Amino acid sequence: MQTKPRLLTVLDIVTVVMLLAATWMVFFYAPTEAVMGDVQRVFYFHVAAGWVGMLSFLVAAVAGVIYLIRGDRKWDTVGLSAVEIGIVFAFINIVTGSIWARPIWNTWWTWDPRLTTATVMELIYLAYLMLRQGIEDPDRRARFGAVYAIVGFLSVPLTFFSARLFRTIHPVVIGANAPGAEGQFDMTPLMLQTFLFSLLTFTFIFVDLLWHRIRVGRLADKVEQLRLKTIQ
Amino acid sequence: MLFQDAPANTTTYMIAGYAVIFGVMLIYLISLYLRQRNLNQDLEVLEELDEPE
Repeated sequence: MQTKPRLLTVLDIVTVVMLLAATWMVFFYAPTEAVMGDVQRVFYFHVAAGWVGMLSFLVAAVAGVIYLIRGDRKWDTVGLSAVEIGIVFAFINIVTGSIWARPIWNTWWTWDPRLTTATVMELIYLAYLMLRQGIEDPDRRARFGAVYAIVGFLSVPLTFFSARLFRTIHPVVIGANAPGAEGQFDMTPLMLQTFLFSLLTFTFIFVDLLWHRIRVGRLADKVEQLRLKTIQ
Repeated sequence: MLFQDAPANTTTYMIAGYAVIFGVMLIYLISLYLRQRNLNQDLEVLEELDEPE
Protein backbone atom coordinates (compact mmCIF):
# COMPACT_ATOMS: atom_id res chain seq x y z
CA MET A 1 0.00 0.00 0.00
CA GLN A 2 1.41 3.39 -1.03
CA THR A 3 1.44 6.19 1.51
CA LYS A 4 0.15 9.46 0.15
CA PRO A 5 2.61 12.37 0.53
CA ARG A 6 1.34 15.23 2.66
CA LEU A 7 2.19 17.72 -0.08
CA LEU A 8 -0.08 15.83 -2.48
CA THR A 9 -2.96 16.07 0.00
CA VAL A 10 -2.33 19.82 0.30
CA LEU A 11 -2.23 20.10 -3.50
CA ASP A 12 -5.54 18.17 -3.75
CA ILE A 13 -7.21 20.60 -1.33
CA VAL A 14 -5.77 23.73 -2.98
CA THR A 15 -6.82 22.44 -6.42
CA VAL A 16 -10.41 21.72 -5.33
CA VAL A 17 -10.70 25.16 -3.68
CA MET A 18 -9.31 26.82 -6.81
CA LEU A 19 -11.71 24.89 -9.05
CA LEU A 20 -14.65 25.97 -6.88
CA ALA A 21 -13.44 29.59 -6.97
CA ALA A 22 -12.91 29.49 -10.75
CA THR A 23 -16.40 28.02 -11.25
CA TRP A 24 -17.88 30.76 -9.08
CA MET A 25 -16.01 33.41 -11.10
CA VAL A 26 -17.22 31.94 -14.39
CA PHE A 27 -20.89 31.98 -13.35
CA PHE A 28 -21.15 34.94 -10.97
CA TYR A 29 -18.10 37.20 -11.34
CA ALA A 30 -17.62 37.48 -15.09
CA PRO A 31 -20.32 39.51 -16.88
CA THR A 32 -22.56 38.03 -19.54
CA GLU A 33 -21.18 38.72 -23.00
CA ALA A 34 -23.42 41.21 -24.83
CA VAL A 35 -23.91 39.27 -28.07
CA MET A 36 -23.31 35.57 -27.42
CA GLY A 37 -24.99 35.40 -24.02
CA ASP A 38 -24.27 32.64 -21.49
CA VAL A 39 -22.58 30.23 -23.90
CA GLN A 40 -19.56 32.55 -23.94
CA ARG A 41 -18.86 31.35 -20.36
CA VAL A 42 -17.79 28.01 -21.86
CA PHE A 43 -14.79 29.90 -23.27
CA TYR A 44 -13.00 30.12 -19.86
CA PHE A 45 -12.73 26.36 -19.27
CA HIS A 46 -12.61 25.54 -23.00
CA VAL A 47 -9.36 27.46 -23.47
CA ALA A 48 -8.00 26.26 -20.11
CA ALA A 49 -8.66 22.62 -21.10
CA GLY A 50 -6.89 23.22 -24.43
CA TRP A 51 -3.94 24.71 -22.52
CA VAL A 52 -3.72 21.64 -20.28
CA GLY A 53 -3.90 19.36 -23.33
CA MET A 54 -0.98 21.12 -25.01
CA LEU A 55 1.01 21.40 -21.76
CA SER A 56 0.56 17.65 -21.20
CA PHE A 57 1.87 16.80 -24.65
CA LEU A 58 4.85 19.12 -24.07
CA VAL A 59 5.61 17.33 -20.78
CA ALA A 60 5.33 13.96 -22.59
CA ALA A 61 7.80 15.10 -25.26
CA VAL A 62 10.27 16.39 -22.64
CA ALA A 63 9.89 13.15 -20.65
CA GLY A 64 10.55 11.25 -23.89
CA VAL A 65 13.80 13.15 -24.48
CA ILE A 66 14.95 12.54 -20.90
CA TYR A 67 14.06 8.83 -21.18
CA LEU A 68 16.09 8.46 -24.38
CA ILE A 69 19.08 10.14 -22.71
CA ARG A 70 18.95 8.40 -19.32
CA GLY A 71 17.01 5.20 -20.02
CA ASP A 72 15.23 5.50 -16.66
CA ARG A 73 11.75 3.93 -16.84
CA LYS A 74 10.26 6.47 -14.46
CA TRP A 75 10.36 9.00 -17.33
CA ASP A 76 8.34 6.60 -19.44
CA THR A 77 5.71 6.61 -16.69
CA VAL A 78 5.76 10.43 -16.67
CA GLY A 79 5.30 10.51 -20.45
CA LEU A 80 2.44 8.02 -20.47
CA SER A 81 0.72 9.83 -17.58
CA ALA A 82 1.02 13.19 -19.33
CA VAL A 83 -0.35 11.83 -22.61
CA GLU A 84 -3.33 10.25 -20.87
CA ILE A 85 -4.21 13.54 -19.13
CA GLY A 86 -3.62 15.45 -22.38
CA ILE A 87 -6.08 13.23 -24.24
CA VAL A 88 -8.77 13.82 -21.59
CA PHE A 89 -8.39 17.61 -21.65
CA ALA A 90 -7.99 17.89 -25.43
CA PHE A 91 -11.24 15.91 -25.68
CA ILE A 92 -12.96 18.38 -23.31
CA ASN A 93 -11.56 21.23 -25.40
CA ILE A 94 -12.89 19.82 -28.68
CA VAL A 95 -16.36 18.89 -27.36
CA THR A 96 -16.93 22.19 -25.54
CA GLY A 97 -15.79 24.03 -28.66
CA SER A 98 -18.37 22.15 -30.67
CA ILE A 99 -21.10 23.02 -28.14
CA TRP A 100 -20.10 26.71 -28.27
CA ALA A 101 -20.03 26.62 -32.09
CA ARG A 102 -23.64 25.44 -32.44
CA PRO A 103 -25.33 28.75 -31.50
CA ILE A 104 -22.44 30.99 -32.65
CA TRP A 105 -21.45 29.43 -35.99
CA ASN A 106 -24.81 27.71 -36.48
CA THR A 107 -23.11 24.33 -36.82
CA TRP A 108 -21.75 21.68 -34.43
CA TRP A 109 -18.69 21.09 -36.59
CA THR A 110 -16.80 22.45 -39.57
CA TRP A 111 -13.50 21.28 -41.04
CA ASP A 112 -11.81 24.56 -40.19
CA PRO A 113 -7.97 24.47 -39.87
CA ARG A 114 -8.05 24.87 -36.06
CA LEU A 115 -10.73 22.23 -35.49
CA THR A 116 -9.04 19.85 -37.91
CA THR A 117 -5.55 20.21 -36.42
CA ALA A 118 -6.94 19.84 -32.87
CA THR A 119 -8.72 16.62 -33.89
CA VAL A 120 -5.61 15.28 -35.64
CA MET A 121 -3.57 16.08 -32.50
CA GLU A 122 -6.06 14.12 -30.36
CA LEU A 123 -5.97 11.16 -32.77
CA ILE A 124 -2.16 11.18 -32.82
CA TYR A 125 -2.06 10.78 -29.03
CA LEU A 126 -4.81 8.14 -29.04
CA ALA A 127 -2.58 6.24 -31.47
CA TYR A 128 0.27 6.59 -28.92
CA LEU A 129 -1.79 4.54 -26.44
CA MET A 130 -2.60 1.98 -29.14
CA LEU A 131 1.07 1.72 -30.09
CA ARG A 132 2.02 1.00 -26.48
CA GLN A 133 -0.67 -1.66 -26.20
CA GLY A 134 0.91 -3.47 -29.13
CA ILE A 135 4.42 -3.78 -27.64
CA GLU A 136 5.05 -6.30 -24.86
CA ASP A 137 8.71 -5.68 -24.07
CA PRO A 138 8.68 -2.79 -21.52
CA ASP A 139 12.00 -1.26 -22.64
CA ARG A 140 11.07 -1.38 -26.31
CA ARG A 141 7.62 0.04 -25.46
CA ALA A 142 9.20 2.89 -23.53
CA ARG A 143 11.70 3.64 -26.31
CA PHE A 144 9.05 3.64 -29.04
CA GLY A 145 6.71 5.67 -26.82
CA ALA A 146 9.41 8.28 -26.20
CA VAL A 147 10.21 8.71 -29.89
CA TYR A 148 6.49 8.82 -30.75
CA ALA A 149 5.80 11.46 -28.07
CA ILE A 150 8.63 13.64 -29.43
CA VAL A 151 7.56 13.35 -33.08
CA GLY A 152 3.85 13.59 -32.18
CA PHE A 153 4.53 16.89 -30.42
CA LEU A 154 4.89 18.52 -33.86
CA SER A 155 1.07 18.49 -33.95
CA VAL A 156 0.90 20.81 -30.91
CA PRO A 157 2.50 24.00 -32.34
CA LEU A 158 0.69 23.26 -35.61
CA THR A 159 -2.63 23.28 -33.71
CA PHE A 160 -1.71 26.40 -31.73
CA PHE A 161 -0.63 28.41 -34.76
CA SER A 162 -3.28 27.07 -37.16
CA ALA A 163 -5.72 29.82 -36.16
CA ARG A 164 -2.99 32.40 -36.80
CA LEU A 165 -1.42 31.04 -39.97
CA PHE A 166 -4.41 29.82 -41.95
CA ARG A 167 -7.70 31.35 -43.04
CA THR A 168 -10.03 30.30 -40.24
CA ILE A 169 -13.29 31.24 -38.54
CA HIS A 170 -11.92 30.25 -35.12
CA PRO A 171 -11.25 33.33 -32.94
CA VAL A 172 -7.93 33.68 -31.08
CA VAL A 173 -7.26 35.07 -27.60
CA ILE A 174 -3.62 36.10 -28.11
CA GLY A 175 -2.87 38.03 -31.30
CA ALA A 176 -5.02 39.40 -34.12
CA ASN A 177 -8.07 37.50 -35.36
CA ALA A 178 -8.25 36.32 -38.96
CA PRO A 179 -10.57 38.49 -41.13
CA GLY A 180 -13.19 35.71 -41.29
CA ALA A 181 -13.13 34.87 -37.56
CA GLU A 182 -16.58 34.61 -35.98
CA GLY A 183 -17.35 34.68 -32.26
CA GLN A 184 -14.53 36.97 -31.11
CA PHE A 185 -15.21 39.44 -28.31
CA ASP A 186 -13.38 42.11 -26.32
CA MET A 187 -12.63 40.93 -22.80
CA THR A 188 -13.57 43.27 -19.99
CA PRO A 189 -11.20 43.37 -16.95
CA LEU A 190 -13.52 40.98 -15.02
CA MET A 191 -13.55 38.56 -17.96
CA LEU A 192 -9.75 38.73 -18.22
CA GLN A 193 -9.34 38.04 -14.49
CA THR A 194 -11.69 35.05 -14.74
CA PHE A 195 -9.85 33.76 -17.80
CA LEU A 196 -6.39 34.05 -16.22
CA PHE A 197 -7.59 32.47 -12.96
CA SER A 198 -9.13 29.59 -14.94
CA LEU A 199 -5.80 29.01 -16.71
CA LEU A 200 -4.00 28.96 -13.35
CA THR A 201 -6.61 26.61 -11.86
CA PHE A 202 -6.34 24.16 -14.74
CA THR A 203 -2.54 24.23 -14.44
CA PHE A 204 -2.95 23.17 -10.79
CA ILE A 205 -5.42 20.45 -11.88
CA PHE A 206 -2.83 19.21 -14.38
CA VAL A 207 -0.01 19.02 -11.81
CA ASP A 208 -2.30 17.32 -9.29
CA LEU A 209 -3.63 14.75 -11.78
CA LEU A 210 -0.14 14.11 -13.16
CA TRP A 211 1.18 13.36 -9.70
CA HIS A 212 -1.72 10.95 -9.01
CA ARG A 213 -1.34 9.28 -12.42
CA ILE A 214 2.41 8.82 -11.97
CA ARG A 215 1.73 7.14 -8.61
CA VAL A 216 -0.71 4.76 -10.32
CA GLY A 217 1.92 4.09 -13.01
CA ARG A 218 4.61 3.28 -10.45
CA LEU A 219 2.20 1.02 -8.59
CA ALA A 220 1.41 -0.79 -11.85
CA ASP A 221 5.15 -1.30 -12.47
CA LYS A 222 5.60 -2.68 -8.96
CA VAL A 223 2.67 -5.10 -9.38
CA GLU A 224 4.04 -6.21 -12.76
CA GLN A 225 7.51 -6.88 -11.34
CA LEU A 226 6.09 -8.80 -8.39
CA ARG A 227 3.83 -10.81 -10.71
CA LEU A 228 6.80 -11.82 -12.87
CA LYS A 229 8.78 -12.74 -9.73
CA THR A 230 5.89 -14.87 -8.42
CA ILE A 231 5.48 -16.70 -11.73
CA GLN A 232 9.21 -17.57 -11.90
CA MET B 1 -27.12 39.05 -34.06
CA LEU B 2 -26.22 42.44 -35.58
CA PHE B 3 -29.13 44.55 -34.29
CA GLN B 4 -30.06 42.58 -31.19
CA ASP B 5 -30.62 44.61 -27.99
CA ALA B 6 -30.17 41.73 -25.54
CA PRO B 7 -27.73 38.81 -25.39
CA ALA B 8 -28.82 35.66 -27.22
CA ASN B 9 -30.47 33.00 -25.06
CA THR B 10 -27.73 30.36 -25.09
CA THR B 11 -27.99 29.12 -21.48
CA THR B 12 -28.77 25.52 -22.54
CA TYR B 13 -25.49 25.33 -24.47
CA MET B 14 -23.57 26.71 -21.50
CA ILE B 15 -25.11 24.04 -19.23
CA ALA B 16 -24.26 21.34 -21.79
CA GLY B 17 -20.67 22.62 -21.99
CA TYR B 18 -20.12 22.57 -18.24
CA ALA B 19 -21.83 19.17 -17.94
CA VAL B 20 -19.23 17.82 -20.37
CA ILE B 21 -16.34 19.52 -18.56
CA PHE B 22 -17.27 18.26 -15.07
CA GLY B 23 -18.61 14.92 -16.33
CA VAL B 24 -15.43 13.98 -18.21
CA MET B 25 -13.19 15.14 -15.33
CA LEU B 26 -15.27 13.11 -12.87
CA ILE B 27 -15.11 9.98 -15.04
CA TYR B 28 -11.32 10.34 -15.28
CA LEU B 29 -11.01 10.81 -11.51
CA ILE B 30 -13.13 7.70 -10.88
CA SER B 31 -11.02 5.71 -13.36
CA LEU B 32 -7.84 6.80 -11.55
CA TYR B 33 -9.31 5.85 -8.17
CA LEU B 34 -10.49 2.43 -9.41
CA ARG B 35 -7.15 1.64 -11.02
CA GLN B 36 -5.29 2.58 -7.85
CA ARG B 37 -7.65 0.50 -5.68
CA ASN B 38 -7.39 -2.57 -7.94
CA LEU B 39 -3.60 -2.31 -8.11
CA ASN B 40 -3.38 -2.05 -4.32
CA GLN B 41 -5.53 -5.20 -4.02
CA ASP B 42 -3.29 -7.01 -6.54
CA LEU B 43 -0.20 -5.87 -4.67
CA GLU B 44 -1.53 -7.22 -1.36
CA VAL B 45 -2.27 -10.63 -2.91
CA LEU B 46 1.10 -10.82 -4.66
CA GLU B 47 2.97 -9.82 -1.50
CA GLU B 48 1.17 -12.59 0.41
CA LEU B 49 2.14 -15.10 -2.29
CA ASP B 50 5.71 -13.83 -2.27
CA GLU B 51 6.17 -14.24 1.52
CA PRO B 52 8.35 -17.24 2.48
CA GLU B 53 6.28 -19.96 4.18
